Amino acid sequence: MTDKIKDIVRIKNCETVKLDRIPILQYADFIELNSSLVKDGMRHLSHYFAAPAGKNLRIISIVADDAAGDIICSSSLVPNDRPLSSATALHQSFHPFERDIHEKYGLHYTDHPWLKPLRFPAGIKHPKDMTEYPFYSYEGEDLHEVGVGPIHAGVIEPGHFRFICNGEKVLHLEIQLGYQHRGVEELFIKKKSLLERVILSESIAGDTTNGNAAAFSQLYESLCGFRPGEHLSFVRTLALELERMAIHTGDLSALAGDVAYQLGNAVFGRLRTPIINYTQSWGGNRLGRGLIRPGRTNFPYTSELAESLVKIFNEYEPHYTEMADTLFARPSVQARFEKTGILSKEDILAMGTVGTPARSTGVKRDIRSTHPHGYYLSFKHEPVLLPQGDVYARAYIRDREIRQSMSLIRKMITAIPAVDKNVDLSEKKCASESLSVSLVEGWRGEICHAAITDKNGNIALYKIKDPSMHNWFALAMAVRGEEISDFPLCNKSFNLSYCGHDL
Amino acid sequence: MESIILIITASLFFTGIVIRVKSMASGRKGPGILQPLRDIARNMKKGGVYSETSGIIFKIAPSIYTGTLITASLCIPLGDRPGILSFQWDFVFFVYTLALGKFLMVIAALDTGSSFEGMGASREAFFSMLMEPAMFMVMGSFAILTGKTSFSGIFAALHGTGISNAVSYTMAALSAIIIMLVGMVENSRMPVDDPKTHLELTMIHEVMILDNSGFDLGLIMYSSCLKFAVFGAVAAGLFMKPGAGFFADAGIFFLVQLCYAVFTGFMESFMARFRMRNNPQFIYTITAATLLIFIGAVHASGIAGGKMPW
Repeated sequence: MTDKIKDIVRIKNCETVKLDRIPILQYADFIELNSSLVKDGMRHLSHYFAAPAGKNLRIISIVADDAAGDIICSSSLVPNDRPLSSATALHQSFHPFERDIHEKYGLHYTDHPWLKPLRFPAGIKHPKDMTEYPFYSYEGEDLHEVGVGPIHAGVIEPGHFRFICNGEKVLHLEIQLGYQHRGVEELFIKKKSLLERVILSESIAGDTTNGNAAAFSQLYESLCGFRPGEHLSFVRTLALELERMAIHTGDLSALAGDVAYQLGNAVFGRLRTPIINYTQSWGGNRLGRGLIRPGRTNFPYTSELAESLVKIFNEYEPHYTEMADTLFARPSVQARFEKTGILSKEDILAMGTVGTPARSTGVKRDIRSTHPHGYYLSFKHEPVLLPQGDVYARAYIRDREIRQSMSLIRKMITAIPAVDKNVDLSEKKCASESLSVSLVEGWRGEICHAAITDKNGNIALYKIKDPSMHNWFALAMAVRGEEISDFPLCNKSFNLSYCGHDL
Repeated sequence: MESIILIITASLFFTGIVIRVKSMASGRKGPGILQPLRDIARNMKKGGVYSETSGIIFKIAPSIYTGTLITASLCIPLGDRPGILSFQWDFVFFVYTLALGKFLMVIAALDTGSSFEGMGASREAFFSMLMEPAMFMVMGSFAILTGKTSFSGIFAALHGTGISNAVSYTMAALSAIIIMLVGMVENSRMPVDDPKTHLELTMIHEVMILDNSGFDLGLIMYSSCLKFAVFGAVAAGLFMKPGAGFFADAGIFFLVQLCYAVFTGFMESFMARFRMRNNPQFIYTITAATLLIFIGAVHASGIAGGKMPW
């Protein structure tokens, strides 16, 4: 490996690099290098996608080096009509990405273990209809199959889950998504105006508005060579942490609801409201739409806003603390949370899981700490890590992160940086023939946006990776061997995005 | 006759009170006491939707289910006033009439061919089977204690006829708790099942009735109110002293029903439900507790001279 390490280019988070600086490797070396990079768990796969390059495809791999704080880029040119050996066979974390390449460009892998389109976007010609692709099946009479969805019983988002069960025990869960596919990545290229694009980024996943808007804005600013001022970074960080608090509180409510602990369900459900209402009083939208814009902010943060936030926190905190302490100490809740849906650290590393599920097994994957950008550079973030990897850990980590975010925000708003001048980036030219990567730690985990520009500086390819892309498979692994009746609880403990995955 | 009127009256308010207690316990106002009745009425006015794959069993099961519940509630006396159906060993008839209704619901769920409902049906059948001995242990112990074999005979002979009141009331209190817990398991309520979660993979009773709609669903919803009241009535009967007069008995009846509803409400507010695989343990524990009543009955009847009913 050491002799090939020169065949990579290292960049920082939100940095733009000229495409010709990214080395092009022989395909065999390329997959060998990348799988060996992520093998020991010190680095993980952030994104892996193909960009059309004439008749060929240029596969670009973006690996986040957690120890060094770098992003490692490498690429390989492959013809798209010849079958290739897959990187998934070398390391499982490539699994959804290669399926994505397969469904978009029809690239065939010879030794991919489950080469089925990931979501089957409409409009791209495939030889088969989605219903003709196989699901995992079984033989014999002692097993049975339970199919759930695609229409969710609670009419949230559509997804199809197929359980192969032995009695109450789940032997395998296959998750089939794609029902929410809207062609977001293509729209980023079609929509030329910056405002349209940033609004689009806010709609990638409705519950991660701030996360995705921040990822897009930082990426676009990097492409334009614009460095956000202190106030801008401050506003983004504040928005991200408020989003984290609100969604985590809502998740705790839903987790309590799933084990039928009514008190927790009611109290946390109520406590989410003051936080999102505060976001509304700040930026006019409860979910933070309109708060984050590239190069500017329409809602500068003022000391009056800080005062009202302190007031809200002072009311929120005692109620929250009491309820959270009660919830995690209640024996009947512990009995449901503990040892349910356990994921081992080895599995997490093999699947390349990110975000709260990874941290709940002690894997230190937190962009705020490993690849800080903007305001996060001004202090050292210490991620919360837990060893157990069960539902309890995934719930408890949310509790700890809420408290952490609250104390961070309390500290932040004591020193609000001076408001920067708004800059209109829509007239600015983007760097030509470049790759730009932006990583943001959303409440769910690492969001990665990557863009490639053509020779005129227009965006030629926009790739989005929601943390759900890695983590859906982790959910399938977590319920393996569990009771089927524990699936809703496990599912909620991950709370993954359908539309963020389906794009 | 009096008892069936009281049971139906209690059934009208029971679930409303449970919901109200739950709302208040979580700091909310909650709907009116009669909201469940309005929901039932709303459903009863609607037409049903039947899947093409389901047959006649699916259509008749809800009506038979409600029918069996009403029949079973006819057996329940009010203190020493026998129910409309009262005969020797009527408590056996009571338990198996309820079981017949449940059997119909289980095969109706299988009739739909849905994998969820099959799962629910298997769970319901399994937990009911585990639950059966508890009810018999309680009533059988009282049969040994009193030498009577009908509900009204047992209730009439329990207090003040040969056995010290301290013993009989202690046993009545323990049995009442057990009968209430049996009622909660039978009704698929917390902590065994939670009707509110609405997650088809987690539920027991609710998942079986996913395909039912309209009038049938209304019947099933009312049946679950009635079931609570019936078990509450059995528990109440254990405290009634013969010859106490109608109003005293009715007072005890409603007091016990109210306690039962409030107890259910609190239970559902302040604890999480069990993991599915721990449910059998809970049911075994209930059954094990009935052994105390059995031992108490054998012991006390020995003192009273031993009156075996057979």
